[in-house]
Amino acid sequence: MGMTITEKILAKAVGKAKVVPGQLVDAKIDIVMCHDITTPPAISMLEEKGIDKVFDREKIVVTPDHFQPAKDIKSAELHKRLDGWAKRHNIKYYYKIGRAGVCHALLPEQGHIRPGEVIVGPDSHTCTYGAFAAFSTGIGSTDAAAAIATGQLWFKVPASMKFVLNGSLGPGVYSKDVVLAVIARVGTDGARYKAMEFVGPALKDMSMEARMTITNMAIEAGAKSGIIGFDDVTKQYLDEHLKDKTDYTVYESDSDAQYDAVEEFDCSAIEPMVALPHLPSGGVPIGECAGKEMDQAYIGSCTNGRIEDLRIAAGILKGKQVAIRTLIVPATPVIWKQAKDEGLFDIFYEAGCVISAPTCGACLGGFMGVLAAGEKCVSTTNRNFVGRMGHPESEVYLASPATAAASAVEGKLADPRSFL
Amino acid sequence: MAKAHVYKRDHINTDEIIPARYLNTDDQAELARHCLEDLDKDFVNKVKEGDVIVAGEDFGCGSSREHAVWAIRGAKVQTVIAKSFARIFYRNAINNGFYIIESPDALEKINDGDEVEIDYKAGLIKNKTASIDISFNPLPDFALEIINDGGLLEHITKRTTD
Ligand code: SF4
Repeated sequence: MGMTITEKILAKAVGKAKVVPGQLVDAKIDIVMCHDITTPPAISMLEEKGIDKVFDREKIVVTPDHFQPAKDIKSAELHKRLDGWAKRHNIKYYYKIGRAGVCHALLPEQGHIRPGEVIVGPDSHTCTYGAFAAFSTGIGSTDAAAAIATGQLWFKVPASMKFVLNGSLGPGVYSKDVVLAVIARVGTDGARYKAMEFVGPALKDMSMEARMTITNMAIEAGAKSGIIGFDDVTKQYLDEHLKDKTDYTVYESDSDAQYDAVEEFDCSAIEPMVALPHLPSGGVPIGECAGKEMDQAYIGSCTNGRIEDLRIAAGILKGKQVAIRTLIVPATPVIWKQAKDEGLFDIFYEAGCVISAPTCGACLGGFMGVLAAGEKCVSTTNRNFVGRMGHPESEVYLASPATAAASAVEGKLADPRSFL
Repeated sequence: MAKAHVYKRDHINTDEIIPARYLNTDDQAELARHCLEDLDKDFVNKVKEGDVIVAGEDFGCGSSREHAVWAIRGAKVQTVIAKSFARIFYRNAINNGFYIIESPDALEKINDGDEVEIDYKAGLIKNKTASIDISFNPLPDFALEIINDGGLLEHITKRTTD
């Protein structure tokens, strides 16, 4: 019986020829991503236990992003703990403010993600990196402490579900709409504990940025990981971004690999989607919700804060005025500079948007755009739980950058296709 | 005697268990003061040491914040009984040495305020108020090993010094 790409990567990480779903393994970790909320507790645990060491100073990537720049005294203290630790252990890839960005946008951009590797991070959207044919999953702080100290972690090998993306996307429809359609079908726990493997012709036309939007949201279907196979698009991105270590191993699923389920999607039929509050699985076509009044539009985050997303938003906002508070948050300093150099900031400024420094900020209701009671936000982020972006009585509507920009102009949920 | 706090809901998520506005600290006692705040404002006033939380499917879905486990444990809750748990919450509980119980029936057989007693070894939840026993599958051995050691880090330390 054949193996899936996920099983092959995990088998390599445990030094075995084969692993099977359900098997408990102790896997070698290639990269540990660390940010400012969940890593400081891990550091404290290690210090308390007297095992204050790092397994490899070159395999840990540190980027304060959630409450960066520090939003209050307590977050400043978190940053201080992270900073002291990173310096003490001489962490090679420590991105300080000015170079730090939203983790899941920063790591691939800075060349830390390689196919065939095992990447973990104390952040649920660590599954993003699966877009690069890698196994990557979110863990907790204790896990992170263990991974940082030992470079090993326990896993249950996940069974895989296959998602076949057929057809091609119509105008005004993006990978965000595809992943919202996928989650609307399977539900927020439809892929619980599983690896979501995405295949199919619709992926061919998608950039790595667009693919990352899909794997980013695997966790919103409850999955352990999301993964997309290697192709020319992957190779080109890696050729442009990998820096110090440029070798990697490409694995692919065998034709007789086992899947728990196979779901087929006709992407040509997918329309711009909006996930209604309060679950990411609340996706409906824009036609069913257009006209709903909004108070804020948020364009940013690890899901859709990349340069391609900002270009799409700018394409719609050009020469227009926004009717509601509109926040543009480039996910990393490189994206910020690119957007500025390409003249996108001028477009956003003319349209009446506010442009922020790279941060997670309001995506998790932290700062820089928190919602008041009763307010509604159309957001390019990945989660619309109760209270996610502010007051427990506020509402978040998840959408693509195009839909968010179109809605910003109209002040209500709007179909981006009428702006093309 | 342990009281059950029952939430007849699926997908109780980490933002409800401990909202992100409190993530600027990892102090357990402080997190405990906001435990379940966006789900049930009154919970922190009602909960007593040793009480249990009972809920539906996919408890703890959402973010990887271990703060969710710390807030619950900090509120001196003995265990969470749910139909199922989200993956990272499940990991975090085990890694913290916090025993959680997966039970398909508990939600139907326990009412809010019922008094319960749990026999972890036998895999039994005794609902004293309704006089019924609800069985559950104890956690797998590897998880028990971690829990018995007091958590993942203690487990690793023990393993490397053994
Ligand atoms: S942008 Fe939002 S979802 Fe992404 S890592 Fe930051 S807080 Fe999490």
